[in-house]
Amino acid sequence: MNEDDIVPLLDGVRRLVNEKLIPAEARIDREHRIPDDLLGLMREMGLFAYAIPAEHGGLGLSKWAEVRLIFEFCRAAPAYRSYVGTTNGVGGKSIVLDGTDAQKRRYLPSIAAGDLIVSFCLTEPGSGSDAKSLSTTARRDGAGYVLNGSKRFISNAPIAGLFTVMARTNPEDKSAAGVSAFLVEAGTPGLRVDPPLEKMGQLGAPTADVTFDDCRVPGEALLGGTEGLGFITAMKVLDDARIHMGAVCVGLSSRLLEEMTAHAMERRQFGKPIAEFQLIQGMIADSEAEYLAARAMVEQTARQMDAGENVTKAAAACKYFASETVWRIADRAVQVHGGYGYMRETAVERLFRDARLLRIFEGTSQIMQLVIAREAMKEYKATR
Amino acid sequence: MKVLVAVKRVVDYNVKIRVKADQTGVDLSNVKMSMNPFDEIAVEEALRMKEAGTADEVIAVSIGVQQCQETIRTALAMGADRGILVKTDAVLEPLHVAKILKAVVDEEQPGLVILGKQAIDDDCNQTGQMLAALLGWPQGTFASEIEFADGKANVTREVDGGLQTLKLNLPMIVTTDLRLNEPRYASLPNIMKAKKKPIDEKTPEALGVDMAPHLTTLNVAEPPKRQAGVIVENVAELVHKLRNEAGVI
Ligand SMILES: Cc1cc2nc3c(=O)[nH]c(=O)nc-3n(C[C@H](O)[C@H](O)[C@H](O)COP(=O)(O)OP(=O)(O)OC[C@H]3O[C@@H](n4cnc5c(N)ncnc54)[C@H](O)[C@@H]3O)c2cc1C
Repeated sequence: MNEDDIVPLLDGVRRLVNEKLIPAEARIDREHRIPDDLLGLMREMGLFAYAIPAEHGGLGLSKWAEVRLIFEFCRAAPAYRSYVGTTNGVGGKSIVLDGTDAQKRRYLPSIAAGDLIVSFCLTEPGSGSDAKSLSTTARRDGAGYVLNGSKRFISNAPIAGLFTVMARTNPEDKSAAGVSAFLVEAGTPGLRVDPPLEKMGQLGAPTADVTFDDCRVPGEALLGGTEGLGFITAMKVLDDARIHMGAVCVGLSSRLLEEMTAHAMERRQFGKPIAEFQLIQGMIADSEAEYLAARAMVEQTARQMDAGENVTKAAAACKYFASETVWRIADRAVQVHGGYGYMRETAVERLFRDARLLRIFEGTSQIMQLVIAREAMKEYKATR
Repeated sequence: MKVLVAVKRVVDYNVKIRVKADQTGVDLSNVKMSMNPFDEIAVEEALRMKEAGTADEVIAVSIGVQQCQETIRTALAMGADRGILVKTDAVLEPLHVAKILKAVVDEEQPGLVILGKQAIDDDCNQTGQMLAALLGWPQGTFASEIEFADGKANVTREVDGGLQTLKLNLPMIVTTDLRLNEPRYASLPNIMKAKKKPIDEKTPEALGVDMAPHLTTLNVAEPPKRQAGVIVENVAELVHKLRNEAGVI
């Protein structure tokens, strides 16, 4: 897919975003849910399966095409993206990548149609950044397994039909190889989803804790039919997910820039639009320059991934730089709005709260720094 | 029944247009172009007919420069079956377009042609009517509802006094008003599939249409800038200003 091919897709998404998604943002922030008719439009447009390969009914986009699409889609509040994010991200892709044929046949068609939402359950009360230390267990019992433990801050858990759960199958093995992934269907006895948590932002996308209390699953629920595959699968999709998150931040940055610039040109003080003051121009210029840098980094890394290159360092840099960038831009956007930027009625107040999460989940900025430095040192060693 | 839908490439409705410095027309360089919104309604209506089983093929035709192909692709992405591009760089007047459409109708023999009631660039509101006259077909213009029964169509029209319903024989011409339907968003998979649908290319010459101009544009100017308003103290002052300054009473 080249520039000419992608433009009509971007036009289609931009139109939905401008005409339907952006106008409903304030209401979603107030009501903490995305109205069904909008979810229907997103589903019909194909946004529930943008990252699922074509042979499984998805769009089958290259990584480059995906990030271009996300730049457009994420001009709308990130809650919309979050709604389809786990399905297109680790949750859904781990089935695509390492699922058995039976697992693919059972789940992928309804995932691609947008009828089945997948949640990804890794984080626990005692294990966040140090994800490998997770303590949820899966004990073999006859042909099946029994799961025990709790998962924290799980995106889309209240609406998920399927949970990809990371659990330790070998309690002796404290390394990644002791962890397996299970596909647990909603409604399985022993699986409990707590009420949605009250959050700072991204209020339209529900997050909840999930508990497994002697939750019995059949042997077919083991992802890929092999024990010890869980973490390895998750790591495989991680670079992919980090580039994706970089693109989410770029999309939101461009939106914040639009809001910031529009307000600066409209608002008059001291007899002229505040955009004519150079201190305001400085904030717009810094934001534009950093946005362009993040965008270029994400596009280039996506192209490298499509070319089959190792992008672990660059992907972590995308997530790190783009999320720190969108946060700085969100802060300046509020500053340019003055008191109005602190009021619930403005988009930037909302987007500022939404943006804060991006430096935390899917690996904090500090963890990204660790990965970048580790990879850089590895490269250095290899060339000596 | 075959349904022919005419789709025009116009400046996107979100764009704030500017007049060229020499006042010969609107500046189109680097301006986003899209399908005329009334034509989207026309495509949607044809697609709904196909989904209801009244139509079996929907053909989108556009007339103009090579890039009009993008407008046809938009119709194909919405669900039209194939496209026809009548390619010309000539300045297009409603009568040229109507004559070209007549030639296409003669070749394709559709049972119905749907057009927008007007295009948002020149607001002519003439092409559908001219086409009906050239073909000698009945016309239902400004349609807000179309119903098919017993080989005829009831077309409800939005007229000044309210709604008028006409019973028309097929084949016929319909032009769409805003309230006929709400056009769908083309889905991403359908946008990708649209690339593979066929678009036939023709020229006015091959269709035997003379493109000599009948109109000359003398001057294009921006509307006058709005003057700042004033707040009056009382009715007496308002009446005074209306009489002596505005000169309207
Ligand atoms: C809204 C939301 C949705 C989420 N959705 C999901 C989901 O769907 N599935 C899922 O599994 N998880 C999800 N998470 C969890 C998320 O991924 C974790 O919150 C995140 O990885 C951080 O873990 P933690 O909260 O335990 O923080 P901690 O790991 O306790 O970190 C606290 C602080 O210490 C820093 N820190 C930790 N270790 C180091 C180190 N070695 N060096 C330097 N600094 C360090 C961190 O950067 C951070 O600043 C979600 C979280 C939120 C808030």
